Order: sequence, then structure tokens, then C-alpha cells
Amino acid sequence: MDKGTYRVKTGFAEMFKGGVIMDVTTAEQARIAEEAGAVAVMALERVPADIRAHGGVARMADPQKIREIQEAVSIPVMAKVRIGHTAEARILEALGVDFIDESEVLTPADPFHHIDKWAFKVPFVCGCRDLGEAARRIAEGAAMIRTKGEAGTGNVIEAVRHMRLLNDQIRRLQGMSRAELVSYGKEIGAPVEVLELIQEQGRLPVVNFAAGGIATPADAALMRMLGADGVFVGSGIFKSADPEKRARAIVQACTHYDDPQVLAEVSTGLGEAMPGLAIEAIPEAELMQHR
Amino acid sequence: MTVGVLAVQGDVREHVRVLERLGVAVRPVLRPEHLKGLAGIVLPGGESTAMWRLMGPTGLGDALRRELREGLPALGTCAGMILLAREITNWPERYLGVLDIAVERNATGRQVDSFETTLSADGLGELPAVFIRAPLVRRTGPGVTVLARWGEAPVLVREGRVLGASFHPELTGDTRVHGLFLELCKERR
Repeated sequence: MDKGTYRVKTGFAEMFKGGVIMDVTTAEQARIAEEAGAVAVMALERVPADIRAHGGVARMADPQKIREIQEAVSIPVMAKVRIGHTAEARILEALGVDFIDESEVLTPADPFHHIDKWAFKVPFVCGCRDLGEAARRIAEGAAMIRTKGEAGTGNVIEAVRHMRLLNDQIRRLQGMSRAELVSYGKEIGAPVEVLELIQEQGRLPVVNFAAGGIATPADAALMRMLGADGVFVGSGIFKSADPEKRARAIVQACTHYDDPQVLAEVSTGLGEAMPGLAIEAIPEAELMQHR
Repeated sequence: MTVGVLAVQGDVREHVRVLERLGVAVRPVLRPEHLKGLAGIVLPGGESTAMWRLMGPTGLGDALRRELREGLPALGTCAGMILLAREITNWPERYLGVLDIAVERNATGRQVDSFETTLSADGLGELPAVFIRAPLVRRTGPGVTVLARWGEAPVLVREGRVLGASFHPELTGDTRVHGLFLELCKERR
């Protein structure tokens, strides 16, 4: 009996496909997410919009918070660690967290490296803005990828940008010879072995969700149309006027993304969405995606 | 012969790949009208709570239950088996209720306890098996045959033309469980 194998990790990620993973900060919110049909919850101290507003250093959540949420729901519970913070990750693994998000939403801990994710039994999901970043994270052992977008903004443009870039680069890879692939790997900072795998499969070798700025059912549907396997919704649900209704609507939209009748129906009468932020209004140094 | 794969959420693509390798036409099932004329249906892995909530609004849940009661062959893996089960021991809901077993959700623990192993299955031989936060069968009705066990717990069961697996045969590249399912589909026709 082998635990924590790569197949067990990536296989688990396959089970999320078509689903919505929701940020929650309390047991009550976690139950709302589960009842709405979320495939997993992300246990957090604060949602990204509040992290952005609060400033300072954002860290892993208090284990007590994570335990409360684990006890509240039957669906998988994920939690975030700071980029490169191997000790926080060991703590989450010991708590029995089902998936770790090594996340740019928290303040990075290591200026040089990400976590060596092969060294863990628990699977990791990491953010990317393009193919180079995705390939590096996969080389480090990530079992799932999500495009970063710009978290806490309620503005989907960066999520779209990153998904389009990724798709475009994967497409370009298809026509390349071995020699071209090696130079391309150097150009985008991607390990050649991972690029070969992506070239062969015509897609990332792991599940890829969209994240960062998704606030409406239509946003979720748009990301699915662009090829995302599913979506993470951070601040978009619990910063809106009617979280229960919006959560249910985003879940339905994520599955029925190519059925405009369903999208029209679930988008109706949801109340105010979260307040949005123009990307240009955010000082360059405060953009999370560059972390 | 066309078989369906319930495609509201979960590892649909993996099942489609195995079935296509076995040479059958596959139709993703998202709405009640997609059930028409199917020789059988696969219910994939995923989150059973989410899958059920995605089957409600379109009426797919009720329509599928009717088809299954009329004898539509089915294979449910992991969450798919939970959807088929008559009883869930640690959860207040019940879904399609057409397979006479009681299952315990997440019975193998959290993800850090998920594992792969080899099972010995009646009529199929040694099977590679991936268990992910897997449900285990805690009771089987009189009409249910146990085809494989992990320790004491049944993990591959059959009642009539309905198969339930705690594990994910679609993740291993082994086609025997799906092969057995297709036999059941052919029998009915």
C-alpha cells in the first residue's frame, strides 16, 4: 500500500474538475459552500480582498481555524502557505489538510525558491501566469496548477490574461522541433522534460483551474470557455450581498458554461457583486501576481 | 453501442478515455435528454454532494433514477458509487438509491491517507487500484455480490447490472472493470 504517490496526488486533483473551490473563513461559510455544491473549500484567516486592504504580512491560517473548518464539512479542505515556507507546509500536512496552495496571496517567505513539493505526501496547487511558471511548478512537484489572475480584485481581466497566455504558449509548443523546444525552454525558463510532456499531451499534464478575480457566474463560465478545468472563487462569494445564492449560481455556471439559458437563469437577481478594483488603480508593488 | 458518462463534475475525461479504448461510442451526460438510447452509464469520481446539486435543477437526477430502475446498466466509481448507494452511513442525504449497499463516505480518511494498492477481484484477477478519500461498503443487501475486498471491506460490488467501486479503475490504465461493465451493457441489449 503506497500513500502520497504522484498518481494519488494528481488523481485527486482530477476529481475537482468541473467544480468550484471556495475561500471560506469560518465553519458557517464552509457549510454554505458545501451546501451550494463546492468541490472543496480553502480555509483562510481573511479572504484576499481583506488581505489586500489589511496590508502587512499575510501568513498561514491559525491551525484552530483550519480544524474548525475541517470539522464542519465533509468535502476536501485546502489551506494556503507562503511561497517557499516549508515549515508552514509541514504544519498543514500534519493537520491533515487535503491540498496545500503555495500561494502568492500570502506574503512570500523565500526570495529564491518554492517548496520542494516532491518531499510531501500531501498534494500542492501553485499559481502561474504563463507556461514557464506552470512548468517550473510542475517540475517542483505541483499536482495541480491554477492561473493566478489578480486576487481580491473582483476583476477578471488578469485571470483571462494568464489563461490566454498559457493557451497561446501551449499552442506554439505543438509545432516545435526538439531544438526549438530547448531554446524555447530557455527563453521562458521552463524545464525541457516538462515541456516535452506538455507538447506530447497538448495540455498541461495536471489539472488547471482559473483563479484571481472571479466574481460572477458569467466570470466562471468565461474561464471554463477558455479551457479552465474549474475555478477558485476567493472574495467573490463572501464579499457579495447574498453569498448563498451567488455560491449556488457560480457552481451551476461552472458546469453549464456552454448553456446560455442556464447562465441567464442563474445570473438573475443575485444582488450586489463584490466591489471591484481596476488593475491600473493598484500600485505595481501591491500586485500579488508578480510574487 | 453508445454509453454515457455523467459529466456534471469529476474525472469524466479519464472514463471517456478508457471507454473509447474499448471501442465504444461515449456521450457526456449533462441533461435528461442526453440519457436517451444509452446502453449504460458511468458515474465518475468527484464530489458526490456537488454532483448531486448539479443534477437537481435540470431534472437529471430524477430522470437518471427512473432509467436505472428500468434496468439501465451502471458503473459508479468512488463518488459515483455513493450516488448509486441505497444508504450513506455518515451523511444525511441519499441520492439515486438503486444499489443495495450502505457506504461510509471518506472512510479511508483524508488525502494524506489516500493510497494505491493491488486487489484480487473475482473473475478479473489482480487489479491495480487507487483509493482517494474513498468510500467503503459497510453493508451489502442479499442481491449484492462482492467481487473484491480491501481488508474486510467490500470495494467492488455488483447487483444485477449495476457495479460499484470504492476505487478508481479509470486512473490506472487497466480496462478490466470497464470491460465487465460493457459486458453488462451488451447483456441487456
